[in-house]
Amino acid sequence: MHVPDGFLSTPTSLATGGVAVIGIVACLRGARRELDDRNAPIAVAVSAFIFAAQMINFPVAAGTSGHLMGGALAAALVGPYTGVLCVSMVLLVQTLVFADGGLSALGTNIVLIALVTTIVAYGTSRLLLRILPATRLSVLIAVFAGALLSVPAAAIAFAGLYTLGGATSIPVGSLTSAMVGVHLLIGVGEAIITTSVVAAILATRSDLVHLARFGEQPASATAAAPVEVS
Amino acid sequence: MGAPTTADSSPRPRVFIGLSVAALVVAGALSSFASSSPDGLERVAEDHRFAEYSRDTATAASPFADYATSGITTAWLSTATAGVVGVLIVTMVAAALFTLLNRGGGRATRRD
Repeated sequence: MHVPDGFLSTPTSLATGGVAVIGIVACLRGARRELDDRNAPIAVAVSAFIFAAQMINFPVAAGTSGHLMGGALAAALVGPYTGVLCVSMVLLVQTLVFADGGLSALGTNIVLIALVTTIVAYGTSRLLLRILPATRLSVLIAVFAGALLSVPAAAIAFAGLYTLGGATSIPVGSLTSAMVGVHLLIGVGEAIITTSVVAAILATRSDLVHLARFGEQPASATAAAPVEVS
Repeated sequence: MGAPTTADSSPRPRVFIGLSVAALVVAGALSSFASSSPDGLERVAEDHRFAEYSRDTATAASPFADYATSGITTAWLSTATAGVVGVLIVTMVAAALFTLLNRGGGRATRRD
């Protein structure tokens, strides 16, 4: 869903650029509280993994493909503030080095692919963990649902931006339904990949899954490796 | 935050190494098998006739533009090289940023 240059008007791109800057500044502050010696290396590795996964377009319907966005995965593993930074950094490298996503659309892409996906995925997961029983399965269900919804949410946000300042004028309803239809399918792929990776890490080092703090009882003390009394 | 530091003695880098190796394998080996069909946004842009408003970005002349390495004519090798370069760049930039932020948080630096 990388938006190229030319789809959105200059004022719209400037506005999303402003929102992106505000969002990044807030996340730089929030990430200081999330990061510690244990998860800082994971934030590095998940950024690299998201870059790699975004190269793999999987087919979703006749003649259409999609790839992981990664906001849901990063937020589940290292927290939402750090997660936004992971995806934003990938978007920055993609536009500068690989000409993927327009340079003037970088703000738009940060808003859609980093901010919207992360907020929706993480918000959905936290809400679900409030009502689900405190088990590891609940964490995975919450991750799946968050990842699934994060992609169509970004699609709706794009349709909104295009309606405000797109190159052409398209009825908002038909654009939104077209965007949501195809991105719901991509969301299924996002959910499967995200849940698989989180499940693998939960099974080995549940203390490295940020979301597990809110879904396992009490914290992850009993689930993690045996504790040496020091 | 709340979670106790349980596993300081366990093999800390396992998840870091696992994710990093997965990134290299995906970008280096699996990337040539990616679907080349238009993605969801490109499909909608074609169907709703605004695809032609897409302009080349300012970085279109990059030697790695569109995940192809200029000078390498073998398609899979060109993509794989671009992918591995990208993974390395993202790793370096992310390591710099998150080390800095982790220090700024008042904790010691990372170990891996």
